[in-house]
Amino acid sequence: MTELTYRQALNDTLRAELTRDENVYLIGEEIGVFEGSYKITAGLLKEFGPKRVVDTPISEEGFTGVAIGSAMLGLRPVVEIMTLNFSLIAIDQIVNHAAKMYGMFGGRVKVPLVIRTPGGGGQQLAATHSQNLEVWYAHIPGLKVVAPSNPADAKALLTAAIRDDDPVLFLENLGLYNTKGDVPDGEQVAEIGRAAIAREGTDLTVVSYSRGVVTALEVAEQLAGEGISIEVVDLRSLRPLDRVTFCESVKKTSRAVVFEDDMLSYGVGAEISATIGEAVFDWLDAPVRRVAAAEVPLPYAKPLELAAMPDAAALTKVIRETLAASGYRK
Amino acid sequence: MSEVVMPRLSDTMEEGELSKWLKNVGDTVAKGDVLAEIETDKATMDLEAFEAGVLEQQLVEAGAVVPIGTPVAVIGDGSGSAAKPAPAPAAEETAGASADAPAEAPAGVPAEKPSAEEPAASPAEEPSRTASASRSSEQAEQSSASSAGKPRTSPLARKIAKEHGIDLATLTGSGTQGRIVRADVEAAISAGTGSLAAPTPSAVAPAPAPLGADQQRADVRVPANRLRSVAAKRLTQSQAVPHFFLTSVVDVEKLLAFRGQVNEALASQNLKASINDVIVRAVAVALRQHPEANASWVDDADGQAVVQHGRVNVGIAVATEAGLLVPVIRDADRKSLGQIATETVALAEKARDGKLSLDEMTGGTFSVSNLGMFGIDQFTAVINPPEAAILAVGAASPVPALRDGVLVDVPKLKITLTIDHRVMDGAVAAGFLRDLVGILEQPLRMLL
Repeated sequence: MTELTYRQALNDTLRAELTRDENVYLIGEEIGVFEGSYKITAGLLKEFGPKRVVDTPISEEGFTGVAIGSAMLGLRPVVEIMTLNFSLIAIDQIVNHAAKMYGMFGGRVKVPLVIRTPGGGGQQLAATHSQNLEVWYAHIPGLKVVAPSNPADAKALLTAAIRDDDPVLFLENLGLYNTKGDVPDGEQVAEIGRAAIAREGTDLTVVSYSRGVVTALEVAEQLAGEGISIEVVDLRSLRPLDRVTFCESVKKTSRAVVFEDDMLSYGVGAEISATIGEAVFDWLDAPVRRVAAAEVPLPYAKPLELAAMPDAAALTKVIRETLAASGYRK
Repeated sequence: MSEVVMPRLSDTMEEGELSKWLKNVGDTVAKGDVLAEIETDKATMDLEAFEAGVLEQQLVEAGAVVPIGTPVAVIGDGSGSAAKPAPAPAAEETAGASADAPAEAPAGVPAEKPSAEEPAASPAEEPSRTASASRSSEQAEQSSASSAGKPRTSPLARKIAKEHGIDLATLTGSGTQGRIVRADVEAAISAGTGSLAAPTPSAVAPAPAPLGADQQRADVRVPANRLRSVAAKRLTQSQAVPHFFLTSVVDVEKLLAFRGQVNEALASQNLKASINDVIVRAVAVALRQHPEANASWVDDADGQAVVQHGRVNVGIAVATEAGLLVPVIRDADRKSLGQIATETVALAEKARDGKLSLDEMTGGTFSVSNLGMFGIDQFTAVINPPEAAILAVGAASPVPALRDGVLVDVPKLKITLTIDHRVMDGAVAAGFLRDLVGILEQPLRMLL
């Protein structure tokens, strides 16, 4: 076990997989000489050379297409798209090509592709560079979408994504890169599509993923001081979605709040709460509540940006309301 | 405006008698106020208001018997007209809901707050500054909320209520907008209120849906109420008492005849003595003759001793929905059958209503437990410390007997005495039981 930053865990994992399998290569903007906009690929060009770490022009549609084609021919490309926002330029490649090949060619073509990309706001990057578009991709059959919340999961899920034969969108988060956590040494391969109980509790379940889990754990810790026992479910994968884990949790707690960085309408929270309503209706003692971002283009001005993003205070408030709504007494 | 209907208060209830109005037309009522008393096949229950407002109409007279679901009253804003469409309670609901925070509203982020310009009637219009503002889930919930009469319930509350045979219509909700939640149902279970269907085991459990071969029914955890916790503690203490048991068969032919005569005499006072009342009286008389059975073992600063009590206070085990209670008839040896009958009825009623005072439940020197009404032939009861004995009374049933060479039915019942051996030895207890049987078989002796 070693304490690493989320950033270092990613860097170590890329190095390990480049070393393990010569078919693995990295491709993207500024990932070589500049070592990545967020330094995830630091040192790798020097170590593995320009055939394994490929710098490209600003051409998301182009290099994503190159990666898809090479994956179809047996390589295992790991694409870095500088932020999730820029994946919109490559979305036709991702949705209409990477996701569809396997099905449309009767299983004769595989696309073992990983697209690593950070999402999320809170960095004063303004509306076009601060989005959480992962739910767009989670909507598409043929893709896998994973979103680790901590360094250990970042390592195990990135390893699993690189070794998976389906295209995987690997969601990072600008707010997580500097977070630290214990990472098991040696090879770690996660099972994609398996959620985790990040904290056990009995009174209410908070379901979240990626950066939201960190906030949820903070809130759970704080409320524990008042004797309120919050269970935190870390989805880890948005597609495939592990519906069993959060439904079992709700069966235990009878109350659920979904916490997400993205907008409320048609979001992850909508999917989670609909599933809870369908699967464990009889165990609910209060309506499932969602805490999400204000439905506005994210403002640039810091106070407005903070006001628009869901935070610990908003989550705490809704948890308290949900407890109160079901006659919770300590 | 909403109609109050005759609620279903037990599984077997088909109609109820609105025995008494407790609110008059024009009275202001709060949620949870008792509007009237309802008499069912099982018990007298309170009819509570589920909405606040003014009692506008009483649709049935006191004493009327109506089927469940029949409207019996109208609660409104006080304008009185039953035909008037009702904006008033709805408006009140809305105001209340928005006042105590958008408890059901989407994410509580600042942008969700309505601006001051927005009309008060749409408190939760989505904040979006775009042209296509959506309507919020709070509005959706409120529009579905106004279907009159049916209480809001959480799915979990419904599930637990069903498992315990509790009628949700008899509960008051503590959740948002009066929603009945798990805590309310569990409170009703531990309080024994909320129309548990009926005291007979067959009626308590609603017929469960048949399970498939591969399904398992989950365990149900019913938290112990205070009564059950106290009982568990006391009964466990009782296990430390060295017990022994003596059983006798009592010929109750004369006792039944005696009770008939007593009841004829009591009829003018509108009183009726039960078999149990007669047994309590007989026990009291026997205890007066046998102070060694009306005693307690003590082990205190003055050393070990048997204390023979100066008063004869007989406890009567009463089954209530909340659990077993043992109210005490004080000085039963100095009370007439009529007094014992009157007191027993009053104490049993208080026990079932959960209104017994501590004083009425303590100070017993001997207890009687009767399961004859359940058809139990014979059983042993657990001593209620610090008492030295308890009498368990079974059901009277006809037993063939030869009398003057003729085979006849003789009604007999079995009584079993549980004795604290520290206080009484076998021969002493047997002497008490023999005399008790003598009194029961020659009931005129209890008048001596």
